[in-house]
Amino acid sequence: MRLLPWTIYLSLAGAMLSLAAGRRSAAAARWVALGTAAAAWGLVLAAATGFSPSALPQTLVDLEWIPSMGGRYHLAADGISMTLLVLTGLAATAGILFSWNIGERTGEFFAFYLTLIAGVYGVFLSADALLFFVFYELAIVPKYFLIAIWGSTNREYGAMKLALYSFAGSALVLAGLLWAYATGGAHSFALADLASAAARFPAGQQVAMFALVFFGFAVLAGLFPFHTWAPTGHVAAPTGASMLLAGVVMKLGAYGCLRVAMPLFPAGLAFWQPAIAWLAIIGILYAGLVALVQDDCKFVIGYSSVSHMGFVMLGLAAANPRAVAGAVLQMFSHGVIAGLLFAVVGRMVYDRTHTRRLEDLRLLALYRLLPFAATVFVIAGLASMGFPGFSGFPAELSILMGAWQASPLWAAAAALGVLIAAAFTLRVVQLTFFGKSGDGESPARSGTSEASADAAWLLRDRETQARSAALSPITWPERAGAILLISAAVVIGLKPDLLLNWIVPSLQSPLFRAVIKGGAP
Amino acid sequence: MNSIPMVLGVLHGVSSPLTGALPLAAAELDYAGLARALRPETALVAGALAILGVDISFLRRAKAALRLRAAVAAASIAVVAALAFCLRTGSSGEVFGGVLVLDSLGTAARAALLCLTLVVLGVSAGAAVPRRPAEYCAIILFATAGFTLMAAAQQLLLAFLALELASLSLYVLAGFDLSSPKSAEAAMKYFLLGAISSAFLLFGFSLIYGLSGTIDLTQIAIVLARQGPSPLLTVALVMVLVAFGFKAAAAPFHLWAPDVYEGAPAPSAALIASGSKLAGIVLFTRLLWPGLGAVAGEVSSARSGAGWLPVLAILSGASLLLGNLAALAQTSLRRLLAYSAIAHAGALLLGVIVVGSSGPGPVFYYAATYGLATAGAFGIVGVLERTGGSLQIAGLAGLSRRSPLLAGCLLIFILSLAGVPPLAGFFGKFAVFAAALKLGGVAGPAGWLAVAAILLSTVALYYYLIVVKQAFVAPAPANPAPIAVSPVALATLVAAALAVIILGIFPSLLLGLF
Amino acid sequence: MTACPILSIAIFAPWAGALLLALVPRASPALSRALALVASLSTLLAGFSAIARFDPNAAGYQLVERHAWVSALNAHYCLGLDGLSLVLVLLTGIVAPAGLLASWRQPREVRLFGILYLVLQGCALGVFLALDFFHWFLFWELSLIPAFFLIKLWGGPGASRAAYQFVIYTLAGSAFLLLGFVALFVASGSLDFDELSRLAATGGLSNRLAALGGFWPKAVFLGVFLGLAVKVPLFPFHTWLPPAYAEAPAGVSMFLTGVMSKMGVYGFLRILWPIFPSEIHAAATPLLWLALGGVVLGAFAALRQRDLKRMIAYSSINHVSYCLLALFAVAAGPLKSAAVASSALGGAILQMFNHGLSASALFLCVGVLEARGGGRRGIGDFGGARSAAPVFAGLCGIAMFSSIGLPGLNGFVGEFLIFRGVFGIVPWAAATACMGVLVTALFYLTFWQRVFHGPRAGVSAGAFPDIAGADRVALAILVALMFLFGIAPQLLVGLFNPLVTAWAGGLPTP
Repeated sequence: MRLLPWTIYLSLAGAMLSLAAGRRSAAAARWVALGTAAAAWGLVLAAATGFSPSALPQTLVDLEWIPSMGGRYHLAADGISMTLLVLTGLAATAGILFSWNIGERTGEFFAFYLTLIAGVYGVFLSADALLFFVFYELAIVPKYFLIAIWGSTNREYGAMKLALYSFAGSALVLAGLLWAYATGGAHSFALADLASAAARFPAGQQVAMFALVFFGFAVLAGLFPFHTWAPTGHVAAPTGASMLLAGVVMKLGAYGCLRVAMPLFPAGLAFWQPAIAWLAIIGILYAGLVALVQDDCKFVIGYSSVSHMGFVMLGLAAANPRAVAGAVLQMFSHGVIAGLLFAVVGRMVYDRTHTRRLEDLRLLALYRLLPFAATVFVIAGLASMGFPGFSGFPAELSILMGAWQASPLWAAAAALGVLIAAAFTLRVVQLTFFGKSGDGESPARSGTSEASADAAWLLRDRETQARSAALSPITWPERAGAILLISAAVVIGLKPDLLLNWIVPSLQSPLFRAVIKGGAP
Repeated sequence: MNSIPMVLGVLHGVSSPLTGALPLAAAELDYAGLARALRPETALVAGALAILGVDISFLRRAKAALRLRAAVAAASIAVVAALAFCLRTGSSGEVFGGVLVLDSLGTAARAALLCLTLVVLGVSAGAAVPRRPAEYCAIILFATAGFTLMAAAQQLLLAFLALELASLSLYVLAGFDLSSPKSAEAAMKYFLLGAISSAFLLFGFSLIYGLSGTIDLTQIAIVLARQGPSPLLTVALVMVLVAFGFKAAAAPFHLWAPDVYEGAPAPSAALIASGSKLAGIVLFTRLLWPGLGAVAGEVSSARSGAGWLPVLAILSGASLLLGNLAALAQTSLRRLLAYSAIAHAGALLLGVIVVGSSGPGPVFYYAATYGLATAGAFGIVGVLERTGGSLQIAGLAGLSRRSPLLAGCLLIFILSLAGVPPLAGFFGKFAVFAAALKLGGVAGPAGWLAVAAILLSTVALYYYLIVVKQAFVAPAPANPAPIAVSPVALATLVAAALAVIILGIFPSLLLGLF
Repeated sequence: MTACPILSIAIFAPWAGALLLALVPRASPALSRALALVASLSTLLAGFSAIARFDPNAAGYQLVERHAWVSALNAHYCLGLDGLSLVLVLLTGIVAPAGLLASWRQPREVRLFGILYLVLQGCALGVFLALDFFHWFLFWELSLIPAFFLIKLWGGPGASRAAYQFVIYTLAGSAFLLLGFVALFVASGSLDFDELSRLAATGGLSNRLAALGGFWPKAVFLGVFLGLAVKVPLFPFHTWLPPAYAEAPAGVSMFLTGVMSKMGVYGFLRILWPIFPSEIHAAATPLLWLALGGVVLGAFAALRQRDLKRMIAYSSINHVSYCLLALFAVAAGPLKSAAVASSALGGAILQMFNHGLSASALFLCVGVLEARGGGRRGIGDFGGARSAAPVFAGLCGIAMFSSIGLPGLNGFVGEFLIFRGVFGIVPWAAATACMGVLVTALFYLTFWQRVFHGPRAGVSAGAFPDIAGADRVALAILVALMFLFGIAPQLLVGLFNPLVTAWAGGLPTP
């Protein structure tokens, strides 16, 4: 537990190291990066085993930092942070495995990558709003470079758009926080102090401050209509980066909403609740429908991320323990699943076929050429549809339950989103991998006797082999990463208690109890 | 300089009543103390003279590069000595009957200015060799002496003289590159506008003296507090603020900045952008708050009373807006830095506004760290120009391949200017804006400015990212020849970059001084 | 809690088989087929051992396995068995291997086919045995995916579209179902079917739902109803079925119609009726009309079909609707005596089983014809096949007659019981339903006459080998069972009769 802060320091050190190692050889940089990410994750898991869920965050470090402004270097962890730390470690490690084929400027890539990770760890650990913000921004800048330098389809546009959106969002957050800090007269950035100071504000002021902070964070969470950066960013980013982007960075925004915006300004939440819920629902449905008509499978997944994050925001807006617990669980689950989907589409498929157009892919019937990728994609697709047995299901289920508690209409509308998700996921799965076969020339009914049918079949098998020879086989890092993520999705899907038993108690902390009302799940 | 005799006249005219007005009689004037307090300046001047002497007597025949190295080395020694003295003396309060004041602000500012000068000297070792290196370094030292005096002056006369010393040196530095017409043009512009502004300042000073009968800031404060506002005082304020606006390159008095930053030799530009700005801010902070604080006015609420604060607020808003928007259109790195400097001037003025409520800490931290970053950036410009790189932003393409270390430093300086945590630039903004919002939240102009500045920082990020994008993302030109950088300059830049990071992670190192 | 978790074994044995297949990448087609068949036969074994431990007269669920699962959702891993489930497990145990035998010849990617098929079988068993929504829904949803790929990858020309339509329709239903249970959980804090039905019996559930106010209480019922109705399918939610059944390969169609369509009916009996007794009672009349629509229109539609597979597909709509007809009739009441109710319900369960046998047998036959005809399966493509393939003709004929409900064959008993029961409650419904029976007879006879009689024409004019090999075995077994249960229905009835009488006894009778 006490070692958790080292996740941050380790990642930063790893960034420096891999930068240095990259000068000598790319392989060295890769291994350094993998080593640090794995080590950091190991720290988290070690802490997780010893973690006893409690209402109040357990302080890890608490030092004077900027006395003149009351900022402290205060790191603490509760069940929610633990959940997301585990996710971060997982996504980071898997992302590195899927970035194994980064050939040029490898050292720099992993340096930026690990810096980003360090920032993410920092955000999830900070208990001081100023510190939180510093880490938050630390995570934003490297994204720009990861996408702009190593990205694919018009990457510079995507990167710049993403950076500006994130920065604009954090500018709003900064304005709101500073306003609350300066006028509250608390001379401290500890969330508790800020909250007690903010409680004295007139409701109108709270409403305004909440809007600044919440929507500032919501930009990064991809809340409709601030989501437009997400699809372009995801598509432009290299696989590893889009895994991080969807996997953890979008979570930063949602986490900020939950950890900072909501406890600080309960009156603001009360005022904005319906608006947020409906924006989230619109996001779920709209993004789903857009994903249904995309021709680029990476865009489909980009929009699906927006749709899934819509569930998170809906859970937050419902603001009862069930929904919020579900939202946190959904953060984890989406982190894993989106990572998996991007890994398949970006790394396994695109890096081999060099196309992401469904029209082209369906002619390849890839499931025969890349059976492993196909299996992974099907499983990821199921998980992303919210199929029971995968982490998405308990999450969306408890979000729906919480939403129903808040207003049945919300739940009904969101359930529609589940259906749409199923539709576009199924579509992308079958077009990407199962395109050509089953459309008529299967020998069983090709008019010949079965013997010649077998012959015809063998013939086709030969072409298949010929074609698959063109595609390089799935490498071990890809297998390892995929198995890592799948097992996470399944384990949490079958045993959500592993995380819920952390999350639920921490929702009982006084800060949350002020804003998250209703019966415990 | 036609204003000198006037000054002398004033001096004669006021000496007797002045001493009468002083708390301690002329007889008790403590010259030893004065000498002790002025040891840094002494060191600087002595160093300058030594450099000139040595250069003339021994190095006439030597190669320019050698002369430059020698001069830089000597100058650096002088600055370090000055720094040592400055720190030894410490904050010893008023000196020589309040002519100088070595309060915490004064000391910190002097130390910071000396460090900035070190940076400038370091990068000038890597920049294009000026024709007369010795003179160049000597003048830098003179300018620095002017800065340090500005930082400590608590009396109109000394303030003005220090300002003039610094300005004159800077005019020369701006025009030092005789081979380039741009440099001459820059110097001309700078000189003319500077002369006008000092005329304004002098006029303002004389009016203040006329109103208050004293040139000692503390006395002026007392007298003005008794008199309250008057038309004449308004005129005086306008004069002073115009001069301030010019010195800080705040809109609408910024016109000189882009051309000077573009034309002047890189190290001169670095000094103009960093040291002179810090010194000017400190000087005018002293002048406005302790001196004219009585007629500051009100910016914490929408209906702001008359005074110089509202005027500063307007200047600040104008600079923020103009600087950030104009910077978007720039293709030349120097001009971009110039407009970003104007934008930062807006934030700095906001910092001056909040001195009354939250002390000089925020504005000093801001000015110092900004100076560091921008000096570093100009240093890189200088290094690149020496190796034939162009002034254009596009010229940075592939920098990360040609000189990773340089690119890394550029990244840090630029991001610090953009105000990205955990770099120093962020905490400067943070402290200033927090202080501004403390003036009645978003109820008054101060709050509005803070919010506007925060939102404009997104715009700023865009043009700063364009720069780093060129350096890191854009493909290298056909022949990505590695850039040869003089080790001294490189060491200086790296040190500056590290300083930016460290001051960012531990802002209390500076903020804690106040 | 039994010593040996026989039910878990029943569910997971097929999955274990699938895993085994997956782990033997180089398995030859023959080996894969054999493995798949063995794994799928495990169900029958489990079924028998369950019968051995099963006490028909004991009330409530037996062989229950219950473990805490998700505390936050108060969900349990809870399996249990009663007569209804047991019958369906047996049905699965019979139909699944038969389906594998029927697809013995399919040459493509045998391994993958076996894996998917076994996964599907496991899911079906899970649905029949799970007693807690959380993992009942898991199996319910998961069953779609193997079905999807089985249809899509091995299906006919329109398979992709059909499979997509099938899954999306069912998922749409499931979304409503899920929403319904979300509401139930929020209202009652439980996902356990048994608990919910007990709560419903006391009327506590509907009161709590009523607290929602407005349309919502009805919406909850509707949600669950839709989810199940699409799966059955109940008219008019049936449009996905004909293409799906028609495009799927024979073996898969057998499983779809034999087992998967029973999932929906099972859902009606196990979930909708116990949990929403009052709602279903209130809505009984319109529901009766829907069921009748299925019976009558299904039959007429089948009559119109030229494609034999579609014909069987429509006929199974018609047959499944009988079960629901019985249920709705009972729910509608008023009941003169418990006897009618028990006969109707018993008939329904029996009909599920019988239709499973006969319909899958018929799909097998059509599959054989299709293979002979190289994909052609129009009713006009054949003629005089009897002389070419007498054995095949005979077996096929028996299957048809069982499906028509000829006395002496299994189909008769179920339909008779249903009609007796329904006639005792809502005579007009029974009367209308009779029309369905007549039309059924009509189209089957057309089928028989056009394909097997007359001069040899079309496909059967050329070389038309008689049924042989695996197909023959499978069909023979199915037909034998038809005779068996036609002559000795009590073998089955004995398993669920006490349950049904208990149900009927629980109903309000004047």
